[in-house]
Amino acid sequence: MAGLEDLYREIILDHYRSPRNRGELPTPPAHKTEGFNPLCGDEVVVYLDVDPATDTVRDIKIAGQGCSISQASTSMMSGAVKGKTVDEARRLIRAFKALMSIHESKLEGEGDGADLAADLEGVRLGDLEALQGVVKFPVRIKCATLAWNTLQQGLDEIAE
Amino acid sequence: MTITTPLDVERIKRDFAILSRDLDGKRLVFLDSAASSQKPESVLAAMDDMYRRHYANVHRGVYRIAEEATAAFEGARAKVARFVGAKSSAEIVFVRNATEAINLVAYSWARANLHAGDAIVLTHMEHHANVVPWQMLAAERDIEIRWIPLTPDYMLDLTKLDETLEGARLLSVSAMSNVLGTINPVRQMVDAAHAHDALALIDACQFVPHVRTDVTEWDADFVAFSAHKMCGPSGIGALWARRELLEAMPPFLGGGEMIRDVRLDGFTTNDVPWKFEAGTPPIVDAVGFGAAVDYLQCLGMDAVRDHEMRLTRYALDALTESFPDTLRIYGPRDVSVRGGAVSFLFDGIHAHDISQVLDEHGVCVRAGHHCAKPLMRQLGVPATSRASFYVYNDEADVDALVAALAMAEQFFAH
Ligand SMILES: Cc1ncc(COP(=O)(O)O)c(C=O)c1O
Repeated sequence: MAGLEDLYREIILDHYRSPRNRGELPTPPAHKTEGFNPLCGDEVVVYLDVDPATDTVRDIKIAGQGCSISQASTSMMSGAVKGKTVDEARRLIRAFKALMSIHESKLEGEGDGADLAADLEGVRLGDLEALQGVVKFPVRIKCATLAWNTLQQGLDEIAE
Repeated sequence: MTITTPLDVERIKRDFAILSRDLDGKRLVFLDSAASSQKPESVLAAMDDMYRRHYANVHRGVYRIAEEATAAFEGARAKVARFVGAKSSAEIVFVRNATEAINLVAYSWARANLHAGDAIVLTHMEHHANVVPWQMLAAERDIEIRWIPLTPDYMLDLTKLDETLEGARLLSVSAMSNVLGTINPVRQMVDAAHAHDALALIDACQFVPHVRTDVTEWDADFVAFSAHKMCGPSGIGALWARRELLEAMPPFLGGGEMIRDVRLDGFTTNDVPWKFEAGTPPIVDAVGFGAAVDYLQCLGMDAVRDHEMRLTRYALDALTESFPDTLRIYGPRDVSVRGGAVSFLFDGIHAHDISQVLDEHGVCVRAGHHCAKPLMRQLGVPATSRASFYVYNDEADVDALVAALAMAEQFFAH
């Protein structure tokens, strides 16, 4: 059986206790997106400031409330995408979901695992890999992916 | 004077096979009966015997086992009717669960009787099952929904009840909150509704399993409950309604069983309650429901209530004494006005994380919004943990909860 240490790695608890990039950004120019986990009431708010000239995430702030997994994942996500281009951020989203064993391209029947592996070649998840233990606790996967789905939604909305 | 024999919980535990499951060396401590209860051997045996010896479709065949099946099915209805104090079995409509019972009233009675501008009164502590069907109706018909708020001590604030009911057509309220444990003054609220010519629907999903229920004494119009929370199987519940109301209501689902006659140009409906039971019913589940009622009656509902009051008091005391500064309980403190669903939160630790650590110790509690998001918003919290007690829980289960909570608190300590 998976132990609690698999789920609650020290780095996760650290992000939970001292979340990075907490706060708000003025909208506009920033874009605000809210994500909810209807199952447990977790809530994530992502403020994204994307520089249209360079297509770069100039700044990101996060708010909301939820369990340690959702909040730590949000904090880590904010650090990982800040300063990255939108394309890099999208690849991170795919890489993170792959880490959570969610393979969307396979689910949607477009391409296979090999495509995904090629796509994600060279993507460094770093600290985020600490969240891999979540996979052993299926009901918590939604907690970990909430921030990333919200980010994805935000990027899509900005692109529109 | 009635004498209640206290529950022999040690013996009761042995009636529930699942409770002797070993979870990697840990005893299963099941504290989530408000979500769904476990099932005793007698219920499982009754259902098994039904399938093995008496199974056939009901109300149709003339052969012997079809008659046996029909007798068992209708016998279960009679047991459920007696259990809640119904005047006749015809007042018990078998449905899938309490949710379907409430939807039946919303689709049949309400759509035949409510019109634009009418009002329905709900409360801030309702389960989504007693909110969403009315919101769907309200959106369709332009019907107003009014809300009864809470007091700071987690009771319904009834100071403006009469005002709120002015001109309303229906009051729909839970008898016991699945989050706060609060028991509402049903008779008083039904009387107030009737004084304003409104009907009263009681969501008794959390009440019937735990407290002796007499729908006739309540003088209510509709009462909804589910078998799965009262030792019975999932997949069946009941709507009790006054017979005249059922007779006047249009049918809900159409099909076999609910008709008297069908011609090319129309149909006539069957008698109540079958008028509302289209299609092959959950035959074996009904038998299990009847066996569950037998089981509870055997324990005695007054003894069940006494036991749960004692255990809830023990739990409230243990939680406050063990975590005086860090744990907050959402619900009344007085066990005479509450049931055994105890919601709580630790300072700075999310309910989900608490449940996860508890699971590690074999303790099953619920974390989340408990299908009562409007209530959670009123409380200003995204989620709570909830421990809930039933006939098979004892002080040792509460002690296991407290011990596991202490470890959870330590685990997340800064
Ligand atoms: C107060 C209350 N009402 C309604 C329901 C819905 O019951 P069911 O899911 O059996 O339809 C529940 C179950 O959680 C409940 O606690």
